[in-house]
Amino acid sequence: MQFDTPAGQNPIDAQAIIGQPHRRVDGALKVTGTAPYAYERHDAVADPAYGWIVGATIARGRVTRIDAAAARAASGVLAVLTTLEHDPAPPGFRTTLHLFGGAEVRHYHQAVALVVAGTFEEARAAAHLLRIDYESEPARCDLAAEAPKAEPIADRDGPDYPVVDRIGDVEAALAAAPVTLDETYTTPDQTHAMMEPHATTAAWRDGKLTIWTSAQVVSWHRNSLAQALGLAKDDLRLDAPFIGGGFGAKLIMRSDALLAALGAKAVGRPCKVALQRPLIANNGTRRAGTIQRIRLGADRDGRLTAIAHHSVNGNLAGAFAEAAVAPTRLIYASPNRDLSMKLATLDLAEGNDMRAPGEAPGLMALEIAMDEMAERLGLDPVAFRILNDTQVDPRKPQRPFSERHLIECLEVGAKNFGWARRNPVPGSASDGRWLVGMGMAAGFRQNLLMPSGARVRLEQDGRLTVETDMTDIGTGSYTILAQTAAEMMGLPLDAVTVRLGDSDYPEAAGSGGQFGANNATSGLYAACTTLRASVAARLGFNAEEVAFANGMVTAGRRSVPLLDAAKDGPLTAEDRITYGELDKEFVQATFGAQFAEVAVNRFTGEMRVRRMLAVIDAGRVLNPLTARSQVIGAMTMGVGSALMEALVVDIRHGFFINHDLGGYEVPVHADIPHLDVVFLDHPDPVSSPMKAKGIGEIGLCGAAAAVANAVYNATGIRVRDYPVTLDKLLDRLPHAA
Amino acid sequence: MQPFTYERAASLEAAVAAVAARPGARFIAGGTNLLDLMKFQIETPAHLVDIRHLPLRAIEDLPDGGLRIGALATNTEVAAHPRVKREYGVLARAIVAGATGQLRNKATTAGNLLQRNRCPYFYETSLPCNKRQPGSGCSALGGVTRSLAVVGTSPHCIAQNPGDMAVGLRVLDAAVETIRPDGSQRRIAIGDFHRLPGDRPEIEHPLEPGELVTAVTLPRPPGGTHHYHKVRDRASYAFAIVSVAVVLQKDGTGRVAFGGVAPRPWRVEDAEALLPDGPAAVVKTAFQGATPTVENAFKIPLAERALALALSEGRA
Amino acid sequence: MSLPLSHEISRREVVTAAAVGVAAAGLPPAVGGQAAGSSGSLPLSLTVNGEHRRLDLDTRVTLLDALREHLHLTGTKKGCDHGHCGACTVLVNGVRINACLSLAAMHDGDEVTTIEGFGRPDRLHPMQAAFIAHDAFQCGYCTPGQICSAVAVLAEIEAGVPSHATGDLAAPMTLSSGELRERMSGNICRCGAYSNIADAVVDVAGRP
Repeated sequence: MQFDTPAGQNPIDAQAIIGQPHRRVDGALKVTGTAPYAYERHDAVADPAYGWIVGATIARGRVTRIDAAAARAASGVLAVLTTLEHDPAPPGFRTTLHLFGGAEVRHYHQAVALVVAGTFEEARAAAHLLRIDYESEPARCDLAAEAPKAEPIADRDGPDYPVVDRIGDVEAALAAAPVTLDETYTTPDQTHAMMEPHATTAAWRDGKLTIWTSAQVVSWHRNSLAQALGLAKDDLRLDAPFIGGGFGAKLIMRSDALLAALGAKAVGRPCKVALQRPLIANNGTRRAGTIQRIRLGADRDGRLTAIAHHSVNGNLAGAFAEAAVAPTRLIYASPNRDLSMKLATLDLAEGNDMRAPGEAPGLMALEIAMDEMAERLGLDPVAFRILNDTQVDPRKPQRPFSERHLIECLEVGAKNFGWARRNPVPGSASDGRWLVGMGMAAGFRQNLLMPSGARVRLEQDGRLTVETDMTDIGTGSYTILAQTAAEMMGLPLDAVTVRLGDSDYPEAAGSGGQFGANNATSGLYAACTTLRASVAARLGFNAEEVAFANGMVTAGRRSVPLLDAAKDGPLTAEDRITYGELDKEFVQATFGAQFAEVAVNRFTGEMRVRRMLAVIDAGRVLNPLTARSQVIGAMTMGVGSALMEALVVDIRHGFFINHDLGGYEVPVHADIPHLDVVFLDHPDPVSSPMKAKGIGEIGLCGAAAAVANAVYNATGIRVRDYPVTLDKLLDRLPHAA
Repeated sequence: MQPFTYERAASLEAAVAAVAARPGARFIAGGTNLLDLMKFQIETPAHLVDIRHLPLRAIEDLPDGGLRIGALATNTEVAAHPRVKREYGVLARAIVAGATGQLRNKATTAGNLLQRNRCPYFYETSLPCNKRQPGSGCSALGGVTRSLAVVGTSPHCIAQNPGDMAVGLRVLDAAVETIRPDGSQRRIAIGDFHRLPGDRPEIEHPLEPGELVTAVTLPRPPGGTHHYHKVRDRASYAFAIVSVAVVLQKDGTGRVAFGGVAPRPWRVEDAEALLPDGPAAVVKTAFQGATPTVENAFKIPLAERALALALSEGRA
Repeated sequence: MSLPLSHEISRREVVTAAAVGVAAAGLPPAVGGQAAGSSGSLPLSLTVNGEHRRLDLDTRVTLLDALREHLHLTGTKKGCDHGHCGACTVLVNGVRINACLSLAAMHDGDEVTTIEGFGRPDRLHPMQAAFIAHDAFQCGYCTPGQICSAVAVLAEIEAGVPSHATGDLAAPMTLSSGELRERMSGNICRCGAYSNIADAVVDVAGRP
């Protein structure tokens, strides 16, 4: 199904099942521990060997020698694969990560060996017996030091934008503006820290490989691994029915998959490999830290006349820039604009996608700048943002937004949160030993369209089976796909079985970039539309006028059980959604307003988020229960971004020193209060037949800045260097006595 | 983790003899720290003697009004003990400020006292560390040091003692009871239990090979109000950046010990004598001679602020 | 998938077990000294979810890996293997611990309850049902540990175990929002379901 004109009235609009807060259809498996994850496939693979990955302990240079004799002789060891005995594997899709093979070391904890043994304990012990010699080169790993050498770079995901994106004359506008701001903000390197480590079980049979792995996009992993192994795609099956979180880390194939496959081949036996937690931060990908300079100019009324946003970050040679300026292109109006990015070379784990790449760190900076600018203008931060709303792409004024209700988000949020009670004078509200402040920020994240396929089968017993290689990484895919199929076919939810994550199923969008839900359900919509036509034909209806409801197919006065269509055998339909040019004609995006109340201990600077609200405009909400979970989860990550999360580089040795879940702090229960979410009801017919948009990332966009702005309102201390930790407040807090 | 043999000790005497007899043998009880370090091969015992079932778990009144806490009493059991809650509140609060419910259910009193440091370089086995490999050098010097010690350090080690419970025990003037392989017993004042690194950072406590902690004793309750304030970046499940234990009497005198700032719970009796003069005076004296890094210098003003907070609670 | 489930524990049973564990001044029956053979393997028996299981394990095997790799009870998760995440939380003799930081060998004779022992898809424990009702999980990987902890937390409060959030140490413990969040903090959920988990637990416990 090609989607190239805005959706009209369609069967989804009934919202009998879709759009309703149904509980997760896979919930019972998850709460009973019976949902099988990649390393747990005892059901599929008996007696696997265990692999243990050995990471390089230099940041840059070469492996000169690996003495594996002792390890190979160790108890239980079946094989030791060393990087010197393998050719370099080509990097997978959307990454430059060098996973294994060859002498070159490009970053710390890059995989240099795999020890395979009969048991986990034997593999781990033998790994310590490897003697690895390196020839080390000085590592570049201090962004501040390397930034002056950074080169301009285009946005890999915004190829239509010039490398230096200038409109009007920013310098002149800034010079003429009565109120200006020129500040620099920094955001740190972050790690995804999903709870399930990267993990793969691999088994070869007759030259064909099956892997059970933890992948966000099945086809990307499959293609990448097939290429790395020199295997025909059809000779590689991938199964990922349950994924223990990803947040972008599992968008790309990682060393666990490649090494499990190589290990299994080497020992002639299935092999499973989990990337050990202490290796994850340095072995894989990170959200790249940024240094962002933002300049704003406005007239006395508060209308922005100039926006300049320059971001620099560092990455491996040949890798990409963190597109921190991406939200600035589209969130506010201003006739004069100057946006650009630069990239320095850093010999650290690859900077790559992490939840809301670009927008998340970009808005961490921009939305503090907006808060500062509102104060300079003497304007309320909510009013200032409303004043500078745009309904068109500022770069192409003839290109409107499909649906944009940022102003409503801001207004509803201000009202629900009690924003009017905020004292605009920082440091003026307190509660005992706590200084209390409110902050807010706007959120913006693009809506991405991806082709997505699905297969549906009406079984002879009247049940409906959905098959697609779409994944559920916690997002609720199983549930919204079941709801979509039930709605389309007029069946109760429990008559639908959804099967996901298997590369034998039609290729779907996968989970990432908040594109999963809208595109995967649209692909299923397409397949169901085809099935409806087949059903109608088989039952002798004219497809145009047929209604599917309550298990019956009805046209005019004639009503036939849907089941009858399958009485002579299952009826199968497969289709996919593809998109035309609507996203060129219209800007498609999601919007949010984030509000936070934070208490700061006047003695110690400890910060506690007391309340938080997000108001979200993201098209039709396919399931308010699971969508809300996406948003509160993103808000939680936003609190982490604001107050604690940072990978810290040891610049002498070139690696992130806090590379485990003890050293890299993410929020715990005690950090997170009750979180409120409001969804606006604005289906977007330009986005897809589902009229939905992304929901998985918008909740993060602006969340950290809202918290940081609340800290400022509480204390009068402006921190422009994330995370906002108490040591950055101490010298400016009230005298303690 | 290197292979090791394992035995479950049948008696105290047998346990001590078993460890004394075998080079590389170690006691294990809760194991939450030891097992973690074994996974990294930072600890490589050849033999483990499981003492978990020895009769060292009781918490009993002492004739002098004090309390004797068996070495194997878990953190949870100690914190939940009625007398600890009522009369040694600073200890209960220090314990529950540490780790998590799960870990406190497993961790024992002796094991907690003997937990090793959490310097990230101690865990980074590819880099030198004087605690791991004596004489190899200290990688933390010149490295990432925000969490590390600011006082009591040496040019050979700047790791901090990460404990909370030990800070509470320190202000309570606890003593550690042990049994040695020859059957003799001794008491070690808590203030002498954790050693400063000096030029031998690998020696962290005065225990001899095979010597086993059997109990921790508390003198009569000190009265006063008890406070333990722990400062960290997230609200729970993190080691202290700075913590402060205070027992404050009505007349404004009291006892103070700091955690997270030194290689051992940091109590300076001369400093706490200045309590009536306020937190600045106490901290100035307590941190005399401190050698913080640029990254962790904030711990000293933070210690003053944490103390001020505890005192304000005490006066409230 | 079939699982060796034989019983379901009620909240009350867990409460009782935990209370006993906490109050234990008495000791388990004396165990005679037993040593591992030179091979480093050791026979042991566990009662897991009410079922008696005999194993012969490498001394290095953690309780977590014994459950996951040897008994194929994979509901207990390995998130970090270093006590930093709580995904491996199980109940041993009624008390919650991190299974990753415990040697299987040390649990000879112990009673272990894993998530599989609480209920199964067609017969859910009230806490499991509440997690579904409140959408108190997303990816599901931390969920078994969260549920084991949640059940244990209610027991610990009843048993008078204080927490960092406890106000008056001498007063009876209550399940305030602060208490609940502090006590659950040993279970990290990166999907960020905390707000919903709190609602689920309060639902089961009854509002304070």
